[in-house]
Amino acid sequence: MARCHVSTRKGLFTLERGAAGWDIARASFVGDNVTLAMHDPRSGDLIAALNHGHFGVKLHRSRDGGATWNEIAAPNYPEKPEGYTPKMPVEGVPVVDWSLKLVWALEPGGADQPGVIWCGTLPGGLFKSADGGESWSLNRELWDDPRREQWFGGGADQPGIHSICVDPRDSQHVKVGVSCGGVWTTRDGGSQWSLTAKGMRAAFMPPDKQYEENVQDPHMVAQCRSNPDVLWVQHHNGIFKSADGAATWTELIDISPSSFGFAVAVDPNDADTAWFVPGISDEKRCPVDGRVVVNRTRDGGKTFETITRGLPQQHAYDLVFRHALDVDRAGRTLIFGSTTGSLWVSEDAGDSWNALSSNLPPVYAVTFEES
Amino acid sequence: MPSVRFTRNIQRHVECPTIDVPGATLGEVLDAYFATNERARGYVLEDDGKLRKHMAVFIDGQQIDDRETLTDRVPEGAVIDVVQSLSGG
Repeated sequence: MARCHVSTRKGLFTLERGAAGWDIARASFVGDNVTLAMHDPRSGDLIAALNHGHFGVKLHRSRDGGATWNEIAAPNYPEKPEGYTPKMPVEGVPVVDWSLKLVWALEPGGADQPGVIWCGTLPGGLFKSADGGESWSLNRELWDDPRREQWFGGGADQPGIHSICVDPRDSQHVKVGVSCGGVWTTRDGGSQWSLTAKGMRAAFMPPDKQYEENVQDPHMVAQCRSNPDVLWVQHHNGIFKSADGAATWTELIDISPSSFGFAVAVDPNDADTAWFVPGISDEKRCPVDGRVVVNRTRDGGKTFETITRGLPQQHAYDLVFRHALDVDRAGRTLIFGSTTGSLWVSEDAGDSWNALSSNLPPVYAVTFEES
Repeated sequence: MPSVRFTRNIQRHVECPTIDVPGATLGEVLDAYFATNERARGYVLEDDGKLRKHMAVFIDGQQIDDRETLTDRVPEGAVIDVVQSLSGG
């Protein structure tokens, strides 16, 4: 049975596709702040990230499809070296506290690496587990890169890693997206890292700094499963695409009604097809003219169509966060959720949408199970 | 020995019974407590050992001064309360 997990401010909701359509089959952690969930197609495990305001960030794992959960280790930052003083980032304030603030990305390693899970965090950390989440270690090569200290917060006080793309052809080849710090690539499992954001433009910086790679704010990075050299990015000030494995990026312009947003999904079977949910701008983070729309390209970004069928077209102020849009393995079913607790599903690759709920808590993340 | 008691709100996440533990500073007392209950440590302290931003600790009803290195003195027989601040929502 097809399943999808919806992480919200007040719990984790599991959707199932029954004979009559999609429905909420289970609510877990009701009342608690679930910021992200991951399904591991290799083991069947589910991992949920909770952020208890008072008590910190915790991870829970289920090995029975979400019926029961047990707390597992959360990533733990190492001790700062004696006398360490952080450098000033490009803007904002330095990361003084080496302490977990948010789990912002969870991604299974490759099919040939059972037990490996990558985890992106605030502030600016990439952690790896080799044992299904029992223990975590900080990737020191990226953390100790002096350019990491230059990262700065985008929408948060501190920088963070929100996107992790493991190349299906080579599990050692991993890309991470950083707000704000561009896109970084390793080809050896994390020993060496390259900054790979050439061509991105940061309109929020002074003119002579706008093309610096380490200041970029990719809101979300999506890699095509069948053609992993193609990556799509919803960036703070536009949409970017790479067709050469992140070596270079091209900005796509003149997109109606807007190229601002957070979420992006790419068809696993067709690198030319991608979906976005636009907002007005960084200054006004809500739909253009109060109309929720999905923008879809099917020709690699040459053209976009604005889809409205089944979506509210007046006085709707839903914002869709970066992890709150997902597409299934077949590239036919998409689900997205909003800050105002709406949830929509499409089973025709985005042509039309149905509301699954208008009453959920604010939605942070939508995650299909992969079978 | 000082006695450590925890807010009711933490109990549904990790059981924290009231117990007496040795120590002359808050850091020593909490270390002794968490030695018996390791999972509770991360609910009260940050990775770097500071008191979490929205937690509060009182020693015999007096709020502590040192949230970073937990050096407040703890009298013999004191009662330590670990509670959550309303600032955390």
